[in-house]
Order: sequence, then structure tokens, then C-alpha cells
Amino acid sequence: MTSPHPAVRLDAVTKSFGGRRVLNRVTLEVPEGCGFVILGRSGTGKSVALRHIIGLVRPDTGSVFVHGTDITELEGTALAEVRKQVGFLFQSGALFDSISVGENVAFPMRRHTRLTDAEIRQRVQSKLDSVGLGSDYDKMPGDLSGGMRKRAGLARAMALDPRILLVDEPSAGLDPITSEEIDELLLGLKQNQKTTLVVVTHNIPSARKLGDQLVMLDQGQSVAQGTVEELERSDNELVRAFMSSSHAG
Amino acid sequence: MLEQASTRATTHLSTVGEFAVFAGKAARQAFLPPYEPRETLRQLYELGVRSAPLIAVSGLAVGVVLSMHTRASLERFGAESMIPAGLAMALVRETGPLTAGLLLSGRIGAGIGAELGAMRVTEQIDALEASAVDAFRYLVVTRVVACVIALPLLTTIMNFSGMLGGFIAERAATGMSLGLYFQRAFDVVNMSDYVPSTLKTMVFGFLIATVSSFLGFTTSSGTEGVGRASTRAVVLSSILIIVANVVLVRLIFFLYPEAAG
Repeated sequence: MTSPHPAVRLDAVTKSFGGRRVLNRVTLEVPEGCGFVILGRSGTGKSVALRHIIGLVRPDTGSVFVHGTDITELEGTALAEVRKQVGFLFQSGALFDSISVGENVAFPMRRHTRLTDAEIRQRVQSKLDSVGLGSDYDKMPGDLSGGMRKRAGLARAMALDPRILLVDEPSAGLDPITSEEIDELLLGLKQNQKTTLVVVTHNIPSARKLGDQLVMLDQGQSVAQGTVEELERSDNELVRAFMSSSHAG
Repeated sequence: MLEQASTRATTHLSTVGEFAVFAGKAARQAFLPPYEPRETLRQLYELGVRSAPLIAVSGLAVGVVLSMHTRASLERFGAESMIPAGLAMALVRETGPLTAGLLLSGRIGAGIGAELGAMRVTEQIDALEASAVDAFRYLVVTRVVACVIALPLLTTIMNFSGMLGGFIAERAATGMSLGLYFQRAFDVVNMSDYVPSTLKTMVFGFLIATVSSFLGFTTSSGTEGVGRASTRAVVLSSILIIVANVVLVRLIFFLYPEAAG
């Protein structure tokens, strides 16, 4: 499963929306199996950077590589093949609200595998068990709490056992205990299944737990990159201030 | 002031251009594999079958009212026996297709605009894409195909229930039998009246589905945007149906001169 290429590489990616530059020549590299955290204040382009990795947003200039494949210009089936290797946990869970929780998790399996209904049911049950929603197969997304929706979203993101998992603000809108539970689930995936994690957050305790490598974005630019300790010793005052806020959080 | 007007005009033109590309893509992809038969059938049920009661009840009411109006007019000339034929001709050629189109632009247009808009703002469309599914094909093309198939069928239901409504009114007024009513009605209506005017509703279906899907797909600004998309979907698809109808009627008269007789 090891690859000579990094799991993800953004190469001088620039992106603007309506004349506002959100990412400015951002370069970063996520090693295989790594927990990689993108930090920064709100509106600094963290989520936009994450969306580039799965082709939901295309760079104006620069390139995006996933396992060595340049996905910048990929379309159709070729892009779909790359996306099957990447799971995405959205900030709100983004569950399809017209189908049950179990069918949400089953959706990628039904689309991309030849498993029988019984096999899918079994796998979905196992995914739901792993996120603590084993008894919620038939519930509708509207009946779930915020934390449960995020867990269900995580189960769906992991439906095809992707090699890379992208996570957008795992603790947003959650209480500290639920947030910690989600972090534990993510950590378990990294440690047990060797899944590469790319996590966007501004929650420093979460970043400390999940991040082997961290990058901090400010005004669309990468201002610091390294381990937690390296960022704590950064010359950049903003980075140090951001990291020290962890002790409060 | 002039600059503002120019900017607005450019924005509107650009939106029209984007819609044209969107509609063209939907029309092209409808004929290209991979197809989504399961989702298309589901949409056919949601948009078509579930609209049938609305169409049937409306058709019945329209038939009763049309019959009462026709009776009031034809009585003056002693031509009451022409009521079934007049009603059938009016329903099949114009009233049925146009009324069905406008009613469905309300029910289906609002539904698609709101559903896709909500899916956009809650990131469900992004989640589909992230699941390696072509969201355009899965959400838009299936709805377009379902609408294009459903509209002529629902128009036929509208025509039939309208005739039935007309019969109920006639029965109440004169005690006419069902057999005589339909014999008089179908004496004058032939296939060249029914086929072109019913098939033109495929264009109405295409317009309703593409306009509503476009507005839903491009929704922004949260729940307020969803409401706006839903309202605009109804307004724009209704206007487009009325305008398209003028062109289509002219086209039908050109292709089927006997339909103008």
C-alpha cells in the first residue's frame, strides 16, 4: 500500500473568488499515513484548500496531486477513480436527508461495488458499530443530534475504506466531550487502518491530538509548517499566539 | 447610474448564458450513458405519479367551468349539441396542455428548486461529488428525463378528467348520457389535434426541470437563497412555458396545417 509519492501535494495553488484571493501560492505536502492538520483563523482558506484535494474546487493556478496523480484537470471517470480513494467528512455531516442513516453509508457501496444487498447491510452495520451508531441504521438524518450526524458522516466517508480522509472542522458545533470522541475515532482510523488524515480545524487541542504535521494559513498563505513543537517555537507571533490558545482550549 | 445598469445587464446576460450551457448539457447527457434508471424511475414517481391527483382534480374543475361557459355562449345560437365537441377541442388543443404545464411548473418547479437548493446549501451536492458520483447526471438529468416523460402523460390525464368534468356539468344540465357525450366529443377531435399539442408539453417539462434545477444548483446565501430559488423556479418556468407555447403553436400550425383547421 505504500507509495513513492506523498498522499497529497498542493503545488503553488492560487484561488480567488469574485476578485478576492483566498489562497495565494499555497504549497504543502502530506506524507502517506500522516495526520496533517491545516490551522488558521476563520476565512483564511482552510476549507478551500481541503476542497482542492478532492476536486470540488479547481485552482486558478498551481497543481494538486493525490498519490502522485495530477488531478487539477481531471474530469469524469478519471476524477471519480481518484475520489474513490478519498473520503470527505463535511462540517455538517452533509448526510442525504431523503434516505436513512444506513442507506447514507450504503450509498457509496451501492454505487461503486458489486456487493450483494446482504453484504452491504453487513458492512454498513459494521461501519455504524465502529462509530457508535449501531442501533441507528433506520433512523433518518433529521432525527440525529449534531454529534451523531458527524459520526454518521464519518461512517459514510469511510464506506469504501479510503486511503485518505479529509475532515472539515471536526469539532465545529460540538460540545468538548463529543468533539473529543470524534477525535478519538479519527485517531483510531489513522493508527489502526493507516488512513492519511487531512484535518481542517481551529481547535488546538484537536490539532495537537491528530496532527503529526501542521500548517498554518493566514490570509491565504502558508505562514508556518511543522510539528506542534516547531510551531510553538515559531518566529511568527501569530502562530505562537494561536498555538498558545490551546492551553485555554 | 449607466454603469450600474450596464453591470446588471451584463450579470443577467451572463446568467442566461450559464443557463443555456446548463440546459444544453442536460439535453446532451440525457442521451449518453451511464444512465441512472433507478433514480429516474424514482423521480418519475415523485414528479409524475404524485402530481396525478392535482392534475386530475384540476382537470375535473376546469372541465366543469369550461362546460358552463361554453353552454352560456352556445345557448344563444341554439348550438348546445356542440358543447362536447367544443370542450374537447379546447381542452385537447390548448387548455389541457397549457394548464397542466402551468400547474406543474408550480408543483414540480418549486419542489426541484427548493430540494436542490437545500442540497446545495447543506453541502449534500458536494457530498455526492465527493462520493465519486456525477451530481449533475444524478440530480439534474434524471429530473429532466422524468419531467419530459411525465408531462405528456399528465396532460393526457388532464384532458381526460377535463372531459369528465364537462360531462358531469352536461349531465347535470341536460341529463346527457356518457356514451352520447363522448361520441359527440370525439367526432371532431382527431390525432392531429391530440398528438402535436400533447407532445409540445415535453418542451414544457424540459423547461420546468432545467430552469428549476439550474436555480437550485446555483443557490447561495443559505435558507434565504433556497426560498428565492424556489420562487424564481416557479415564476421563470411559468413565463418560459407561456412564451414557448406561442412559438410551439406556430410551429405546430406550420408542421400540421390540419391542426389549424
